[in-house]
Amino acid sequence: MIPEITLNAWQMLLLKLGIILAVVPTMTLVAGYAEHKVMAHLQHRLGPMYPGGFHGWAILLADGLKFLYKEDIIPASADRRVFSMAPAVIFVPVLLLFLVIPIDRTLIIEDLDVGLFYLLAIGSVGAIGVLMAGWSSANKYALIGALRSAGQLIAYELPIVLSAAAVAMLAGSLSLVAIVEAQDWPFILWPPGIGLALFMLFILGAMAELSLPPFDMPVAESELITGPFTEYTGMRFIFGFFFAETAHMIAFAGIGTTLFLGGYKPIVPWGPLEVIPGIIWFFVKTAFMIFLLLWIRFSFPRLREDQLQKFAWKFLIPLSLALILATGAWILYGPGG
Amino acid sequence: MALDEKRVTSQTPVHDPEEIAKIVSGGNLITEQMVLNVGPQHPATHGVFRLLATIDGEVLVNAEPIIGYMHRGYEKLVEARDYRQITNLISRMDWLSGFNNELPMNLALEEMMEIEVPERAQYLRVAMLEMNRILNHLMFFASFGAELGAITPTFFAFREREDIQLAMEMATGGRMHFGYMRPGGIREDVPRGFIRQALKGVRQVIDRLSQYEDLLVGNEIFKQRTIDVGVLEKEIAYNYGVSGPIARGSGITFDVRKDEPYLVYDKFDFEVQSAPNGDCFDRFWVLVREVVESAKIVEQALGDLPSGPVLGKVPRVIQPPEGEVYIRTENPLGELGFYLISDGDRRPYRMKIRTPSYNNVSVLPRVLKGQMVADMIAILGSFFFVLGDIDR
Repeated sequence: MIPEITLNAWQMLLLKLGIILAVVPTMTLVAGYAEHKVMAHLQHRLGPMYPGGFHGWAILLADGLKFLYKEDIIPASADRRVFSMAPAVIFVPVLLLFLVIPIDRTLIIEDLDVGLFYLLAIGSVGAIGVLMAGWSSANKYALIGALRSAGQLIAYELPIVLSAAAVAMLAGSLSLVAIVEAQDWPFILWPPGIGLALFMLFILGAMAELSLPPFDMPVAESELITGPFTEYTGMRFIFGFFFAETAHMIAFAGIGTTLFLGGYKPIVPWGPLEVIPGIIWFFVKTAFMIFLLLWIRFSFPRLREDQLQKFAWKFLIPLSLALILATGAWILYGPGG
Repeated sequence: MALDEKRVTSQTPVHDPEEIAKIVSGGNLITEQMVLNVGPQHPATHGVFRLLATIDGEVLVNAEPIIGYMHRGYEKLVEARDYRQITNLISRMDWLSGFNNELPMNLALEEMMEIEVPERAQYLRVAMLEMNRILNHLMFFASFGAELGAITPTFFAFREREDIQLAMEMATGGRMHFGYMRPGGIREDVPRGFIRQALKGVRQVIDRLSQYEDLLVGNEIFKQRTIDVGVLEKEIAYNYGVSGPIARGSGITFDVRKDEPYLVYDKFDFEVQSAPNGDCFDRFWVLVREVVESAKIVEQALGDLPSGPVLGKVPRVIQPPEGEVYIRTENPLGELGFYLISDGDRRPYRMKIRTPSYNNVSVLPRVLKGQMVADMIAILGSFFFVLGDIDR
């Protein structure tokens, strides 16, 4: 007999926050380790091998510990309050993204009716943090990086929003659970062609929003040192930069899984596959998305800022508008319409 | 792979900040110039190169290289040293091509003292000079990719370097500063297994280079970033005394190895690579092609290596007669010249060193003007300079 536990709203909220604060860092560590290893093996290296004994599994713990001991330097001419707040403004929205991603049919922190809208809105708050970091650092490299980042966000938010809008049209709902339930066949396969194009559009936009190569101009190491984070040290650097970046990547992988790969459902609706629990499907698909992002990331050189803007405004955004039209036509005149 | 197959796009090479402001706001936008101090410590400068850049938005209005941060006074140091000590000292000048640096002074001594160099020594010298050239070029292959944000090719190039590096290590005991050349030949004969190891490394480079080239040069983003960026015209290259792969990337087909053959270079079959456009892409393309040419020379030199001694008849004390001589050779980065004046002493009276990177970098302000900050990094990377070579 399991005793019935009733919690009031505040206790539920605390519990949910606790889960988020426990799960997200763990996932981030796993993904960060994968990042090290995928990069190393793509480059004919072994990557970290010693920390923790087995294939260097504890490298990120060791790294984190190292950063914990670093001196927290705030430049003399920096705007102290803004400078020290910026990492939090970058990091907290990333955590909030995880609130609405359905890991299984019932395993979701909060199934909002406007889940998709919430994701897109919260996802871009981090850019303010990046601007804050760049402006308050009193460093020219940081400033250039922050401005590049802001320009990039405006240009690439649109393709993401438009491709997500097409998904919402197909599913007929903004709730993420409803979107997953609407995918008998994942959207990437059905509607044929349109779904794949939308998915690619989403990946491109996500890479630009995450500042991953080939769109990593805001933090381009060979040009701007670390862009907006040039002046940060210690834990602020870790939370504002590494941790937020990896967690953001996982969040986008999860969103991509939910919107295009059928979330917690099997990749094709076939009896034997449905035996596998949804949580495993979700994580396998998310891992695949992360690998895809890393693969692209380590294979390409970096674009130039003006080329990136041209690519967004002259190609991606017209394409995404055309895809919305195509999606509408599919809904009206396609097999289901 | 022909050069033309790889080129496709064309874009506006030079940006005018006022023009941009006009397009953006009809001329109402007031922009301010900002001085950006790139270096001396900056990830893209391979050392302590300093560039004082005046930027307007992201466009460079003016860029001035400030050199001398690493000056070590080699020309003065050598005046207080014995010639054999100098060999080891100048090996450190351009640290990526130590063996090539050791050559011109020894050639100068051999000419002044009329020392005969045995044939085996000449062949081994050529083979190892070219191996050193491959090492150097692969390093720049790696760093250019890294500067454009492609980190994976970097590690591929380093992996290929390792086999050749190992062969050099077998013979000389060093990985960067070899100190292997002597007036009259080389220090000692190469050990057993050297030839096999060297040929293995060189053949591997030829085998795999085309793959790496496709990964980087065949990439659309790479083309967008390099084609028509940082154009160095042939005339300007001539006037500034630019040499090496950078000059050959601007259509100048000059190579000391071919035009004034020294050692036994005239016995080998190789081509001088050049490309007509003078942009980052062409400079990089020439660099990659030169690796293949060098590999061909190494194969030929080690293939019919004559037997015999490796050190000619050299007097116990190296004391060239009074006189002067200028020797120039083709260093991996360009023309390296040594002007040696001797007053009959054991030490040089004066030794003027003309290093390639110094002249090559002096043309940077001309090329950088009107470029984007991101392109500045690509251009700096495509100028293949070694800091130690600029500031002797």
